[in-house]
Amino acid sequence: MWPLPPPPPPKLYTITISETIATVDGRRWLDGGLAGERGEAERDNLVFERVYKLLIFNLPAPPSSSTHTLCIELGHAGGLSLQYHQTHTMALRFEVLGRFNRARAARLTLPHFLCETPLFMPVGTQGTIKGLTTHQLEEIGCQIILGNTYHLALRPTSELIDDLGGLHKFMNWPRALLTDSGGFQMVSLLHLADITEEGVTFQSPVDGKPMLLTPEESIQIQNRIGADIIMALDDVVKTTITGPRIEEAMYRTLRWIDRCIAAHKRPKEQNLFGIVQGGLDPVLRDICVQGLVERNLPGYAIGGLAGGEDKDSFWRVVAQCTASLPESKPRYVMGVGYPLDIVVCSALGADMYDCVYPTRTARFGTALVPEGVLKLKHQSMADDTRPIDSTCECMVCKNYTRAYLHCLVTKDAMGSQLLSYHNLYYMLQLSRNLHSSIIEGTFPNFVCDFLKKMFPEGDVPEWVCNAMEVAGIDISSCSTPLNSKLNIHTSSG
Amino acid sequence: MPPAEQRDNIIININEAAAQTQFQNMKFAVKTWCKSGRARVGLLQLKCTSLVQGATSPEIEIETPALLLTTRKGLPAFIPPDHLSFLPSPDSRLLQFSPMHFMEGPNSKTISDIGGVHQLLGLQGYGFVAVPRDSILSLPECSSSNKNGASFETPSGRFLVKPLEYMKMISSMKPDLWVSLADEVSASVTVKRNKASVDRTITWLDHCISLKPRDGALFGSVVGGCSVEERQRCAHEVAKRNVSGYYIGGFGLGDSIDERSTFLHAVTDVLPKEKPRQVCGLGLPEEVLQGVAAGIDLFDSTYIYHLTLEGFALIFPLNDKCKQYESDTQLCSMASDYTKINLKATVYRKDASRIVEGCECYTCQNHTKAYINHLLNVHEMLAQILLEIHNTHHYFSFFRLIREAITEGKFEEFRQKFIERRREHLLAPSLGACELQTSVR
Repeated sequence: MWPLPPPPPPKLYTITISETIATVDGRRWLDGGLAGERGEAERDNLVFERVYKLLIFNLPAPPSSSTHTLCIELGHAGGLSLQYHQTHTMALRFEVLGRFNRARAARLTLPHFLCETPLFMPVGTQGTIKGLTTHQLEEIGCQIILGNTYHLALRPTSELIDDLGGLHKFMNWPRALLTDSGGFQMVSLLHLADITEEGVTFQSPVDGKPMLLTPEESIQIQNRIGADIIMALDDVVKTTITGPRIEEAMYRTLRWIDRCIAAHKRPKEQNLFGIVQGGLDPVLRDICVQGLVERNLPGYAIGGLAGGEDKDSFWRVVAQCTASLPESKPRYVMGVGYPLDIVVCSALGADMYDCVYPTRTARFGTALVPEGVLKLKHQSMADDTRPIDSTCECMVCKNYTRAYLHCLVTKDAMGSQLLSYHNLYYMLQLSRNLHSSIIEGTFPNFVCDFLKKMFPEGDVPEWVCNAMEVAGIDISSCSTPLNSKLNIHTSSG
Repeated sequence: MPPAEQRDNIIININEAAAQTQFQNMKFAVKTWCKSGRARVGLLQLKCTSLVQGATSPEIEIETPALLLTTRKGLPAFIPPDHLSFLPSPDSRLLQFSPMHFMEGPNSKTISDIGGVHQLLGLQGYGFVAVPRDSILSLPECSSSNKNGASFETPSGRFLVKPLEYMKMISSMKPDLWVSLADEVSASVTVKRNKASVDRTITWLDHCISLKPRDGALFGSVVGGCSVEERQRCAHEVAKRNVSGYYIGGFGLGDSIDERSTFLHAVTDVLPKEKPRQVCGLGLPEEVLQGVAAGIDLFDSTYIYHLTLEGFALIFPLNDKCKQYESDTQLCSMASDYTKINLKATVYRKDASRIVEGCECYTCQNHTKAYINHLLNVHEMLAQILLEIHNTHHYFSFFRLIREAITEGKFEEFRQKFIERRREHLLAPSLGACELQTSVR
């Protein structure tokens, strides 16, 4: 590999070996590929080889040879250093463009697309968003689509997707993709799913055979699917559960993240996000955050929420996590959600969201509007000649009346399609408004307008008021002051 | 004295002089005749009725024989409205609907308030053709029809529609072209019942004419079942009336394709040649060819809808290079009829090729057989959307081929070759049930 120059005169070197670094004379050397950049490398080749062998022999083994590569740094005056670096160099760039207190608007550059946060990701469970074409998704400004690993691994299988060039090519979606780990679906969809240290054991829905999804397997499947962002397999428990199970799950999640990192074969093209667990316990959450941050991942998700916990606990967990997660990395609140939740979480410093709600509720005839929801099935819609939302610029609101949509919804496929289109447009427009209002410095105005429309009587839920206070957003102009409300404790918004 | 540009029409249609207002909305002229003297290529021009007075209305110029897009409540079953513009134009500019699609709403007043079907459906630049009968959603129920009105079976129940009610719907919906209310009967009715259907249809036509709105072109309905005499009688009567064209009803309701030509010719040989003829229920390619051969200009077809639901994609060759398909071993092994493939078949699981190489439809430009196979297997709506787009596009091309064949004087040859190729594979299982079902209906 190295051309042999004439042997140099002998030198003495001081070699220091610590846990992950070896230095020679206090200097560090870099390996292969960079040989041309540092002329000294060729000069010291023979010495390098000898020292290299010596150091390799003495250097402690890395956590995993497949996730750590040996980096050898060549110093100017002949110093040499060997270090094991984690090979998951980041395949994303996250630049904060504007802030308002904790809220931030950023540019998230992924391998397939340049995104703007805060952003909402529609859920395309089986490699498609129900009833919408990729052309329409681009038209409404969709940036990232979420695919469910569990479903795709079943049909058409990750191997087939890989053979056909990855999910982007398979679906013909030129923008970004994110896949989840598959764990959540298994636990929620499958009868007799169980979690052990090895992984998630379950009965195959195809033939009933016992199967096991390990962290390694989950990552391998996701590597084959090829999304820009992949999620670590975590031990997720419902927040409504209490007791030692939550602590067990949190520590296991940390142990599994190392296995995920080790199994990840495509760190330069796919970003592995870790997921913060710990239930509603601030101490556990904190331990989890610290543990994940130590692994220096490209991004972090806040998991275990959106499962029926009360809103007061929900926002506090989000607030705590966003306060301690690194500023310079994206934060993804999984499974959120309702427009109101997204506004609150953005105020607290989160960047990314996903939820089936907009598309699912469309199939039941419910449209998202600034005031909340509009149930198009309702008899009063039968002769209402207004659009769903007169302030909405989408194709559906520009062309169709509530009366016409009323006759379609729940009866014709076209009804679902048109409503899904509008609802997704609404969520994506909300994301765009969050992004631009933070950058333009008008974020508090946006929040107030939003709350005024949704709560015209000023009855903003207490949890929202509390969250906004922590976020430093003054919403007094649109909400009845807390101390004038009756002294009744509300546990849900 | 009518304006200069309409003088040609007057020479041909001397008895229409009094009703020249009709021609403001619709014009039709035959461009080429086939050797047999029946099949023809024509040009249909429509001025959209929906626009404000004074504004220049867009014109739709469409060559016939032409295919009308089948809709559910005015929009395609699956193709989203913002994808309609990707379909070939002007081929895709005519949409057919039944006023009975709206029995459950919106009601006539609401539709009127909104401004008519063009506004209701957000398709101002398109032409709408209203036909009471719809082979999927509004089936004639002749046993329940009586002298007062025609009965239709719809997903929301059975309705008896009287001419007055029907005209109320037409007035509020304002389609560009509409068909008079007819008593369409199945092939198995008695002679007496059949005769009654002709009498009623003519009476209702007169009723419709008397209530005709100012805009929109009226097509008179011709029925008569499986009786040459009744068919001719009806055709003669309708030809006497002041209509812009003719709707030939009663086919595809239990009649057999083999005997159909007789009854078709009985009507088309009587009707004035310079006015357009529309038929309902002739959806299969062979039926279309049969209709074209008899002198029909406008067709609807549920063929595409049924194909799409079952996961089929049309692939028959659109040029004379049919040899390329005959050597395709994949198609041979499936005993396919070279007209269509079923994308649910496992053989397509990993097939990264387009449904039809070189097809310019949205589906073929963007997606592969493998992806559609996956969508069908996981029961995703996008499968039907993509298939309906491709199948519609492909069927439009079929109509184009027909028009080209007539223009080049080769229509009979074209028709024979097409039928022969299909007949060779008529016993193939992939064809069977679906085809029989659609031909009976």
